[in-house]
Formats: sequence, C-alpha cells, structure tokens
Amino acid sequence: MMDFLPLAAPALPLDEAGKYVAGAYIVFLVLIVVYVSIMAAKLQRIERELRELAGFAENRANGEEASAEREEVSA
Amino acid sequence: MYGKGLRPLSIATVVAIAAAFSLVFFYAPLDADQGFIQKIFYLHVPLAITALIGFVVGGVFAILHLRSGDRRWDAYSYVSIHMSVIFGVAVLITGGIWAKASWGHWWVWDEPTLVSFLIVFLMYATYYPFRYAIEDPERQARYASVFAVTAGAFVPLNFMAVRMAESLVHPRTFATANGGLPGEMMFTFLGCLTAIALLWVTLVKLELTAKSASGQLKRLRRALDAPAPGAGSRIAPEVS
Repeated sequence: MMDFLPLAAPALPLDEAGKYVAGAYIVFLVLIVVYVSIMAAKLQRIERELRELAGFAENRANGEEASAEREEVSA
Repeated sequence: MYGKGLRPLSIATVVAIAAAFSLVFFYAPLDADQGFIQKIFYLHVPLAITALIGFVVGGVFAILHLRSGDRRWDAYSYVSIHMSVIFGVAVLITGGIWAKASWGHWWVWDEPTLVSFLIVFLMYATYYPFRYAIEDPERQARYASVFAVTAGAFVPLNFMAVRMAESLVHPRTFATANGGLPGEMMFTFLGCLTAIALLWVTLVKLELTAKSASGQLKRLRRALDAPAPGAGSRIAPEVS
C-alpha cells in the first residue's frame, strides 16, 4: 500500500490543485444552497396551507353567522 | 418561537463564512508540503469536527428528553443529528476530493480515520429508518433517544480509538505540540471552525422553525377540523 501512497507526496501545481480545491468548496456551497432551497419550499408550502386554513376558517365563520341570522328570522 | 433571532444569526453566519474563506485564500500561507491543495483542510476538518460534536449534542438532547419526557428535546436531538448527517455527507465528499488530489485515490480502506468516520456516518444513517419504523409517536421518540444516546457515546470513544491507532497516510494534525500548525494557519482554521459551527447552529434553528410552524399548522387544522390538502412529515417530531 505504501508503495503507491507516498507520505511525502509532492505538492500539486496550482493549475492542477486549483480544480480540486474549487471542487471541494463548490460541493460545500451547492449542498448548502440545495438544503436552503428545500427549506424555502417547505416554508412556502406551510404559508400556502396557512392561507387555505385562514380562508376555511373565514368561510365557516360566515356560514355560521348566516345560519344564525336565518334562525332569528324564522323564529 | 424558534424563528426569533434567525435573521441576525443568518447574517452573522454569511459574514463569518465570507470572512473565513477570505482568510483561507488571502491570509493563510501555502503549506510547504501539500501546497494549494491543503486549502481543503480549512473546510474539511471544521465540517468533520462540527458534525461529530453535533452527533454528541444530539445525544445530550436525547438524555434531556429521556429524563424529562419533554418532546421538544427529542425534536432538538432529531434536528441536531439530521444536520450532522448532512454535514457528514459534505465531510465524505470533500475528504474524497482531497484524498484524490493528495494520494491519488478517492478512498483508502486501510486508513482508520476514514473508515471510522464512515462507520459513524452509516450508523447515524440508520437513525432515519429506525425512527420511521415506529408508528407510535411516544415510543418513536423514546427509542430514537436511546439510539441517539448510545450512538452519541460511541462517537468520542471511536475518536479516541482512532487517535491511538497507527495512521497510514491520514495526518494527525493536532497531535503534536501547539497544534502542529503555524499561527496564521491556526488562526484561519479557528475562524473556519467558528463559521462552520455558526452555520450548523443557524441551520438547526431554521429546521426547528420550519418544524415548529408545521406542527402548529397541524394543530390548527385539527382544531378547525379542516381537511388536510397534503400529507406533512410523518417522521419528523412536531415542535411546539
């Protein structure tokens, strides 16, 4: 194993090392961006559901009000 | 509740990461042995340290959950482990890139540091199916906490075993006196470690905020007895 894994490997020239360093940092940034995008989508879904729920609650409150008025009139 | 302070924390994280990466490329000197490729060290090692500490933190939250029975601690534990697994993915990828550049191989199976981290990562990867497999929320939280405590105790033991093992090619960066790093490199490394740790805290807070909002929405739906338009997260603990 040590034959092809020298401990004192010579430093790669900048043009060759640069792509590896850039690759590592880009992978990190991509992971963060993907994660934050997933979280943003999740928060948008929560916001949409909350709006739907608010609409549902309003409709129900209006319906109850209308039925109470009908009951009053019939009485 | 969890969203409080998220905006300044996010701004601080972005500034810290920008400053840390500036130090890496414009301040830290080139390594005499590895040259420019050593710049990956400032990303790879802080990610690994943060991920491993995150796993232990998940275990500590699990202990608090088992002691108090408060489901909030279980949520903290779940999110800490979840975030550390994501950081673990980044550690494995950046480590592979560094290994390929330095040693000519993406992975070396004889190296204790690499294999031990993979074992820890795979162990925590089983946390999700373990959690999913249990339907009852109370039992799910309790069993997941037991898992988190056991696995969290394994992490430092595993780390110490690796430090004592004979290394083949992976360097023991902090094994020698004064950390084995010159002052400028150490300063840059500590800056990167702070920035990555801050990122972990911010993402944990963001995840907790989303889970809290999702949990409150579910409770509101139940209270209004409204039909659910889509299924929410089945496994993730509800945070109130």
